[in-house]
Amino acid sequence: MIKESKEKREWEPKIIAFLCNWCSYAGADLAGVSRLKYPPTIRIVRVPCSGRINPFFILKSLTDGWDGVLVSGCHPGDCHYISGNLVARRRFAILKDLITFFGIHPDRVHFMWVSAAEGERFATLIKKVSKKVKKIGPNTKFNNSRE
Amino acid sequence: MISIQEKNNQIEKSIHDKADKLLREDQVDAVIGYSKGTIPMRSCPVVIRNEKDVDALIWNNFCSINLAKYLAPYIPTLKDEEGKNLRVGIISKGCVGRALIHLAAENQIDLENITIIGIPCNGIINRSRILKEFGVEEILKTSIVENELILKGKSFEKKLPIEEYLNELCKKCKVKSPPSLSSLSEICVGELQDISTIEDDFADISEFESKTTEERWAHIEDLLSSCIRCYACREICPMCYCQLCFVDQKLPRWFGKTTELTEIILYHLVRATHLTGRCVACGACSSVCPMGIDLHLITRKLEHIVKDRFDFTSGLDPETPPPMHQFKMDDKQEFMLEEE
Repeated sequence: MIKESKEKREWEPKIIAFLCNWCSYAGADLAGVSRLKYPPTIRIVRVPCSGRINPFFILKSLTDGWDGVLVSGCHPGDCHYISGNLVARRRFAILKDLITFFGIHPDRVHFMWVSAAEGERFATLIKKVSKKVKKIGPNTKFNNSRE
Repeated sequence: MISIQEKNNQIEKSIHDKADKLLREDQVDAVIGYSKGTIPMRSCPVVIRNEKDVDALIWNNFCSINLAKYLAPYIPTLKDEEGKNLRVGIISKGCVGRALIHLAAENQIDLENITIIGIPCNGIINRSRILKEFGVEEILKTSIVENELILKGKSFEKKLPIEEYLNELCKKCKVKSPPSLSSLSEICVGELQDISTIEDDFADISEFESKTTEERWAHIEDLLSSCIRCYACREICPMCYCQLCFVDQKLPRWFGKTTELTEIILYHLVRATHLTGRCVACGACSSVCPMGIDLHLITRKLEHIVKDRFDFTSGLDPETPPPMHQFKMDDKQEFMLEEE
């Protein structure tokens, strides 16, 4: 009976979110304490800076079975380490170009800027990401953990 | 129009003259070049230290190796008996020159002890394509006559037009000889090329990108499915000089060891991100692949990305830092997610 109800339930994507400690993680925290509603599809990993994100983390997350990957950092110019997010932006640009070229749907991977004061923006963008990933469906192509 | 055979002879003669002159006048202690391979359709790298041996240097359309690899970081350097570094002359087609200049731009090598001997490359033959098409019987002998490549086996003989059987990258190559730069005029001899007029429309990339996501994925899957992850492409690459490659890292072991298709594609994707803005499109990776995988599409895309986004072409100037070494406040960020 439990199985039946599981099948009936609508498919929800699983999204891994890498949030920078100084802005986006605090932004997510603010969204929480402000009691804003956003879909429970994301699992947060706190990183020191968006410049800490190796493109390999993003691709490895996809092969490990996540349906979507989200990376969020401070707005350009606001980085706690002065230029970490600007370095990261160039990496993300080429990564997005490359995965699109390889035929992985560009909506699997998302990048955004959220500051510590933008709880509302965080909630809106998470809604948007969830909707986009839900639309393209489960990650079956570039996934090593599928049965 | 002079034929490819004549052109090869001209280039070979100029290599002999230049190497002989440099060694005789004691401007260099050694010359790195190509010598005859031991099997058909191959060439072999060689180090010449005496002007008597310069006749061993050759040039033909099978000189596929990028010699810059022998000067890359962490490759044992050429030394004399006392352990002093030798001054090296290096026979450079366009991509060898570009690789050296890019390594200098990354502060990995010092161009001062190096002499770039420029030659006007006339394209490298796609060996794996020939083996795929005619490799059923063993090819015992090859020769280049006029504009044709003649393959000889035990019971067959084939004539192929060389122009058509060149590497895809060589067909689209715009830098045939090392770039001529005023800052490098002291260390460059031989044929050099003016690079101010280079233009590339990347028609092949736009054609591939006009396909749907599924078609592209199917193409990439089909292309890479035979990869056995021997890492020959990494070993031959003049830009892959990390002491510990990400695929070899054990603690923690990030990367699987299987030849599962997703892991193969993951390897090629991550290697591509590492080479963005650094790849000099020499095609060495495709030429050494034991499975005959042609990676030219990825290489071209990397060139396209940096040209399109950062207006940069690798290996043309040792003074300009590569795009992934720097950033600008106003970089394009159209891919970032925004509220409407």
